[in-house]
Amino acid sequence: MEVLLPRTLEEALAMKASTPEAVPIAGGTDLMVEINFDHARPEILIDLTRVAELASWRLDGDRLFVGAGMTYARLLRELPQMRALAEASRSVGSPQIRNRGTLGGNLGTASPAGDSLPVLAAHDAEVVLISAARGERSVPWDAFLVGVKRTSARPDELILGARWRALGGPQSFSKVGTRNAMVIAVVSLCFALDPEARTARVALGSVAPTVVRAPEAEAFLAAAFEDAGVWDDPGAPVPGGTVEAFAERVVAATRPIDDVRGSAAYRRHAVRVLAQRALRWAVGERATEAMVS
Amino acid sequence: MSTQLRERVRGVVGESAPRIDGVPKVKGTFAYGSDLWHERMLWGATLRSPHPHARIRRIEVGDAVAAPGVHAVLTADDVPGKKLYGLEFADTPVLAWDRVLYAGQPVAIVAAETPELARRAVARIVVEYEVLPAVTDMERALDPAAPKLHEWGNVLRHVRIEHGDPDAEAEVWVEGYYETAMQDQAPLGPEAGLAIPAEDGGVDLIVSTQWLHVDRQQIAPCLGLPEEKVRLTLAGVGGAFGSREDLHMQIHACLLALYTNRPVKMSYDRRESFLAHVHRHPSRIWMRTGASREGKLVNVRARLLIDGGAFASSSPAVIGNATTFAAGPYEVPNALIEGTAVYTNNPPCGAMRGFGAPQVCFAHEAQMDRLARELGIDPIELRLMNAVHTGSVLPTGQVVRGSAPVREVIELARSASLPPEPEPPPMRHPMTLPGGAGNVGRGEGLRRGVGFAVGYKNIAYSEGFDDFHQARVTLAAGPGGPVVEVHSAGVECGQGFSTVLAQVARTELGVDRVTLHAADTQLDSAGSTSASRQTLMGGGAVQLACAAVRQELFDRARSRVGVTGALSLADGWVLAEGVRAVEIADLLETPITATRTFHHRRTTPLDERGQGDVHVMFAFAAQRAVVEVDVELGLVRVVQVVSAIDAGRAINPQAVEGQSEGGTAQGLGLAVMEELQLRDGVIANASFTDYLIPTILDMPPVRTEIVEVPEPDVPFGAKGVGEHATIVSTAAIVAAIRDATGRELNRAPVRPDDVVGLRLPASSASWPPAPDVPGQEPLPAYHGVARGQSALTQSS
Ligand SMILES: Cc1cc2nc3c(=O)[nH]c(=O)nc-3n(C[C@H](O)[C@H](O)[C@H](O)COP(=O)(O)OP(=O)(O)OC[C@H]3O[C@@H](n4cnc5c(N)ncnc54)[C@H](O)[C@@H]3O)c2cc1C
Repeated sequence: MEVLLPRTLEEALAMKASTPEAVPIAGGTDLMVEINFDHARPEILIDLTRVAELASWRLDGDRLFVGAGMTYARLLRELPQMRALAEASRSVGSPQIRNRGTLGGNLGTASPAGDSLPVLAAHDAEVVLISAARGERSVPWDAFLVGVKRTSARPDELILGARWRALGGPQSFSKVGTRNAMVIAVVSLCFALDPEARTARVALGSVAPTVVRAPEAEAFLAAAFEDAGVWDDPGAPVPGGTVEAFAERVVAATRPIDDVRGSAAYRRHAVRVLAQRALRWAVGERATEAMVS
Repeated sequence: MSTQLRERVRGVVGESAPRIDGVPKVKGTFAYGSDLWHERMLWGATLRSPHPHARIRRIEVGDAVAAPGVHAVLTADDVPGKKLYGLEFADTPVLAWDRVLYAGQPVAIVAAETPELARRAVARIVVEYEVLPAVTDMERALDPAAPKLHEWGNVLRHVRIEHGDPDAEAEVWVEGYYETAMQDQAPLGPEAGLAIPAEDGGVDLIVSTQWLHVDRQQIAPCLGLPEEKVRLTLAGVGGAFGSREDLHMQIHACLLALYTNRPVKMSYDRRESFLAHVHRHPSRIWMRTGASREGKLVNVRARLLIDGGAFASSSPAVIGNATTFAAGPYEVPNALIEGTAVYTNNPPCGAMRGFGAPQVCFAHEAQMDRLARELGIDPIELRLMNAVHTGSVLPTGQVVRGSAPVREVIELARSASLPPEPEPPPMRHPMTLPGGAGNVGRGEGLRRGVGFAVGYKNIAYSEGFDDFHQARVTLAAGPGGPVVEVHSAGVECGQGFSTVLAQVARTELGVDRVTLHAADTQLDSAGSTSASRQTLMGGGAVQLACAAVRQELFDRARSRVGVTGALSLADGWVLAEGVRAVEIADLLETPITATRTFHHRRTTPLDERGQGDVHVMFAFAAQRAVVEVDVELGLVRVVQVVSAIDAGRAINPQAVEGQSEGGTAQGLGLAVMEELQLRDGVIANASFTDYLIPTILDMPPVRTEIVEVPEPDVPFGAKGVGEHATIVSTAAIVAAIRDATGRELNRAPVRPDDVVGLRLPASSASWPPAPDVPGQEPLPAYHGVARGQSALTQSS
């Protein structure tokens, strides 16, 4: 096995262009497992850990760019105000994994259980890809994650990072697993309110071949808030039954399966509970803020 | 004349002496089996059956032999000696021929230059299988129409205990059905060893195991070698918990080494480790408990079924234990308890910490809670009212003659203060709630519950087995003062056994420098490091050998220095009538060596009615568990465990606490997450990604209360403590979840589906009939299949 060690993005892109079969490695927390289990045996690796351009983030106003090489530990330390991203990062693995594992690796692996992915989905993030031949191109998250562990990245491309608009409203990320840490999501849910755009966002992990959004539930909630005047008055009461009806619609967006980690029935059940909780937290938070201000 | 000698000897019996292997293990410098290395070594790999039951039509190895770097590809035809081995019965093929009986069974082995080349070569072996119908359900195995795994059928052993009048009527009865899942020992160190061919045609094997001599006794006949040509040395053991009692890579590596005349290392990866060792038996237990209105137990009727998988392993002994302990540590005047271990096409099950006791504890403790509810009596009072004590008669008719501080452990576990009531939800960090790092709640649906369990188990081997332990102690002069060398084949597998031996030697000889000789087969057997027995057995052997050394030292003191009166040893000196007379170092111009063998008191087999003096002695434990349950999501957080451990005497209190905490972690695992999931006989979660064991966020603080009521007639009055906590913690934690949720929860582990009501309680139509068997003897023995480890007891 050959390991290429680019020091700059330019070098990395040149290598990827000339040896498209070379497999990028960042933290290695997914790839090394694949290699150890003999599921993958790449001839050539490109180690991206020296490429400074990838290991950075920028916030221009409300436009956030997170480099592919950002580890969960750094995300937690440097971007704690991005609540859902921080909560998702904290739920990943153990301290060792959070020190090595990266956002780019989570995207590259494209598992339906990848914990950063519902956060990206809820933010309508774009995945930024880059190649020596064509430069940068941005792909909406759902055009990037095309199937279980399948992405639309081309052989000569690297993931540069992801870009999204930071949302002003309350948000949360929750992950259910059968142990209190170090667990692959049985289901995960990211919920966010965008009071500015008067929309709600909900994205789910581990309930379908890719991360999914629940557009009908989102539309229902946005309309319910509209009708009840909640967008304009965060203290306005949310009509009875809204939370439950929203959660039912979120459940309807899932296509879970039975596997060793959990049953489909439990996944639906847990999504219902998480959707209700996340909405109640968000409503409560807005109401509290409104009272304080 | 070093000054050290004048200091008090530290690290004696009763002190929390630091672990001899502690610092290297923490620093990462301790060499485990997987770290073994030899310059010329080849790597072995194993081809395993993908099918739970199939006929082998053809094995084609040509492609594998021709693959680069390959030195050997061996199948059953290449086994020069006996083709079967086994811990209790030789029913397990070294390599399969004709039929495979479980998914994961070894079929062929390869030696190659690198692990990768070996694995690639394995992939080139072609095996043509004819898939046969598999028996993957333990009740189905009892059906006379089910396919038979072995000539003698699917019953491995049926034990029947009749006590008093089994038809005795009671005023109140409660009935329950219970299931426990297949648990894995999940030792962090995978199976590994290195076989080195020797010039005499024999082989030296360095291996992580639990009992060197029983390994050798099984290995040598298969290699066609006399035992003295198979020499074993212990490699660093990264945990065992029973998983290393059976052979794994031992014979395979030796075969490859002898065939290639090169050292061969085999080291399993995590997946293969899950496939290659035995597991904790899944159990189904039907139980009726009868009592008087006042709460005195009158009668226990129980039917136990455990799944032994494809080969015997230690199932006969496990069902013996489970059946004898099924009524719990309670006085029960009448009982009928029947236990059956069956063969199925599931992966073999055998020894795991607790050895049949955790399964029955789960059942008998749930029954006690039911009974308490039915009678309107406090459940702990009910236990106290019925607790066995010294002099009690057990369902086997055995009289508890040693210490039995059951009331003490119950009182200590119950009276410890409860954890403070939790802060109201907004004040609590979600990390501290059920779901932990998943951030799933702010206290919604949170309920607290308290559960209690008492249990017991034997120390050392039972039913007539003489599992002796030999040790050699040498006292010699060293540059810094006298040094004791302790040699025994006893295995340190992480619990602190070698430190215990050193503490015993220091105590007996008054010398603080102790070195431990590597465990190997130069001496006679030390028995297995299992059944919580090595503190008793190894401690006993070292104590005997030290006594002999001391006697020689006193003889020298009398004859050479002329001291008189009553002699003793302390802090490097021989004392005469309590006064320092001569330094030990001055008597050691030649070293003093003594080799002694310790035997525990003899026990007897179970007779026709399941009566007998079957166990050497008993150890008891009680735990109280406090849990918080998110009843909406079905997630559990164990908040506190109080663990009261009957140690007889704590040789090393910190080590007792370690066993209490580690055992609790393993019991907690079975309570809420650990389960090998089988799909038609195939393990579906053979990895640490999907076989979850508790993390530090799952473990509560454990408060250990050590009860010291010395066991009479054993060294220092000490009992072993390796298993107690595991036996009771699953039962206590599940009881606490029942208390929090009000649900029946009769199956461990409890899944979120059970808590939220998506899955109904486990149920079973009726008690399975007792199989038609000739008696208490295991069926393979009855049919003349050679005895395994018991042969070792004849050698002394
Ligand atoms: C013990 C353990 C626990 C874990 N727990 C969790 C968890 O709780 N939640 C979770 O979501 N994941 C978990 N994971 C999985 C893993 O840590 C994450 O998916 C992590 O984000 C992967 O990042 P990495 O940098 O290590 O990726 P790598 O392993 O280096 O790469 C993963 C994939 O992405 C590709 N890749 C990486 N960077 C780029 C790039 N810039 N351009 C193109 N392709 C790229 C690689 O080629 C590879 O295909 C766990 C893993 C382990 C071993």
